[in-house]
Amino acid sequence: MYRYDEFDHDFVKARVAEFSDQVERRLAGEITEDQFRPLRLMNGVYLQLHAYMLRIAVPYGTLNSKQLRMLGHIARKYDKGYGHFTTRQNIQFNWPALSDIPAILADLASVEMHAIQTSGNCIRNVTADHFAGAAADEVADPRPYAEILRQWSSVHPEFSYLPRKFKIAVTGAERDRAAIQTHDIGLHLKKNDKGELGFAVYIGGGQGRTPMVGKKIRDFLPEEHLLSYTTAILRVYNLYGRRDNKYKARIKILVHETGVDEIARQVEAEWQALKDGELKLPDADVAAIQSYFAPPALAARPEGDEAVKLARLDSKSFGEWLDQNVFTHRNPDYAAVTISLKGIGEAPGDASDSQMEAVADLAEKYGFDEIRVSHEQNLILPHVARADLRAVYDTLVEHELATANSNLISDIIACPGLDYCALANARSISVAQDISRRFASLERQRDIGELKLKISGCINACGHHHVGHIGILGVEKKGAELYQVTLGGSADELTSVGEIIGRGFGPEEITDAIETIVDTYLQVRRDASEKFLDAYRRVGPAPFKEALYASEAKAA
Amino acid sequence: MKILTANRLTDGEAVWFAADGTWAETIAGAEIVSDKDGEARLEAIGKAAYDNNEVVDVNLIDVTVVAGAIQPLRLREVIRAAGPTNRLDLGKQARPVDAAA
Repeated sequence: MYRYDEFDHDFVKARVAEFSDQVERRLAGEITEDQFRPLRLMNGVYLQLHAYMLRIAVPYGTLNSKQLRMLGHIARKYDKGYGHFTTRQNIQFNWPALSDIPAILADLASVEMHAIQTSGNCIRNVTADHFAGAAADEVADPRPYAEILRQWSSVHPEFSYLPRKFKIAVTGAERDRAAIQTHDIGLHLKKNDKGELGFAVYIGGGQGRTPMVGKKIRDFLPEEHLLSYTTAILRVYNLYGRRDNKYKARIKILVHETGVDEIARQVEAEWQALKDGELKLPDADVAAIQSYFAPPALAARPEGDEAVKLARLDSKSFGEWLDQNVFTHRNPDYAAVTISLKGIGEAPGDASDSQMEAVADLAEKYGFDEIRVSHEQNLILPHVARADLRAVYDTLVEHELATANSNLISDIIACPGLDYCALANARSISVAQDISRRFASLERQRDIGELKLKISGCINACGHHHVGHIGILGVEKKGAELYQVTLGGSADELTSVGEIIGRGFGPEEITDAIETIVDTYLQVRRDASEKFLDAYRRVGPAPFKEALYASEAKAA
Repeated sequence: MKILTANRLTDGEAVWFAADGTWAETIAGAEIVSDKDGEARLEAIGKAAYDNNEVVDVNLIDVTVVAGAIQPLRLREVIRAAGPTNRLDLGKQARPVDAAA
């Protein structure tokens, strides 16, 4: 993985010193809250309901064991023994004292981590496919390009005060696991007919109160133009994006109001002036970054087939975990493992200090020291020999991390919601927990099959509800929580925004409503091979509306 | 009826302005006002504490009293006063009863 060079070390160290001084001055009363707020936000420090919150960047979701162990250490020493992995592949701590944050940032810097640009109207953490570098269906590893974007966008003087925040995602496979079409810029790394690498470029995707699917403005951008083209997009946005209204300030609104063809024309014009200048990526620089992401030397481990076969016979639960949480690796002797942070009845994305350390140990022992955070709020070991899967599984069981529910209904994305968040209108975690408990039976979940359920506690949509196969949005109505349900959303290569199915449900009704929706799907599906989303796209909302609301329509 | 709440500057702890003139870590002893004059007085106290860098995010919130206990009207404030509903081991609700009294 990427290692800091001298410049990176000095830069992060200088930032820690600068922010430590700002915190000290704030605590001494030398600067006011109004002066301090933008400074703390630039360093990932929010104020939530119960305490401050620190959001730490995990660039493109990649960690090594030392870093994950440090996160466990921070959880134990400065927080309350756990952290929350987020849909931007980052981690948040919910209880740090402001006075401890300089020490936390110094600890993070010692393992090449920081909290810079995890807030504010700048280019945020660049996300990538969590199976990058491992997936069998990948054209090339997207992370070197995410790293190039990270270096370019860090304290970029022109793009540190954008109209609003700006999010970029990169994937290297046809099957989009990075939700690129829900981003301000989505990049799909691919090869052209000549075998050269480049990107399909999407702009104007986003969620929040105005969900939009990204529009493709270029089918193939040669890789050397990554930065010049991205700069052209950002310049057009920076110039014309609305600054008069926070809710209309994202690039998706600019694209929508101006029209994608006109925006593409403006980007093209800007790019023509930039493309052969200093932003053109020299091959040697791309190769240098790529070398940091060189795949580990994977020794032949052909005994894996037999080992897995025997272990499956030995343990039904191992077999289920294998079916659900183990993903095909480009090397047939290896696999990528999803470690579910969605135990039945648990808060999605939360991991304890000891769980973080256990995963770090596993990565070191069996996983070439690599861990990923997925935007679906799970952890991944991208390279595990199939021969070692049983040993990994047994350790995960010991640490209550072996829930075999990847991509099933209990693998829920949920934002922190009103249990923590100052912006939330309703709770998310409690709804996720109730639904998870209702569908606790793995047999039932596997019968239902792939179903992505996503919950947000307010319209800002951190829980990605718009693109859930089933989406749940919590709102506040007359002082009480109310949950609106959307169906048919998806965040893959066929991204769609879910449709509101009807009136919302109270907290005591929402789990029943979800069960009704699932039961309706089981009735309408052609057979077990027709997934929820496919069935919904075929039959539309009518049978679901009928099942949810017909009795009250008749009563009326 | 209203009470005054904020988060303490140094550690972000949720606090309430108490009848004894301190910022208490639990809602139980918060000073309740029920007229415009009382609200104005609490607001002034909040502003002074904010200006004095003791607290941030200062708000007057609506409450009622049920069986002698202060109960915020909004769920948001109920959760602030207790802690996350999914983690009863955290927040004010996790404190020994004596300390919360």
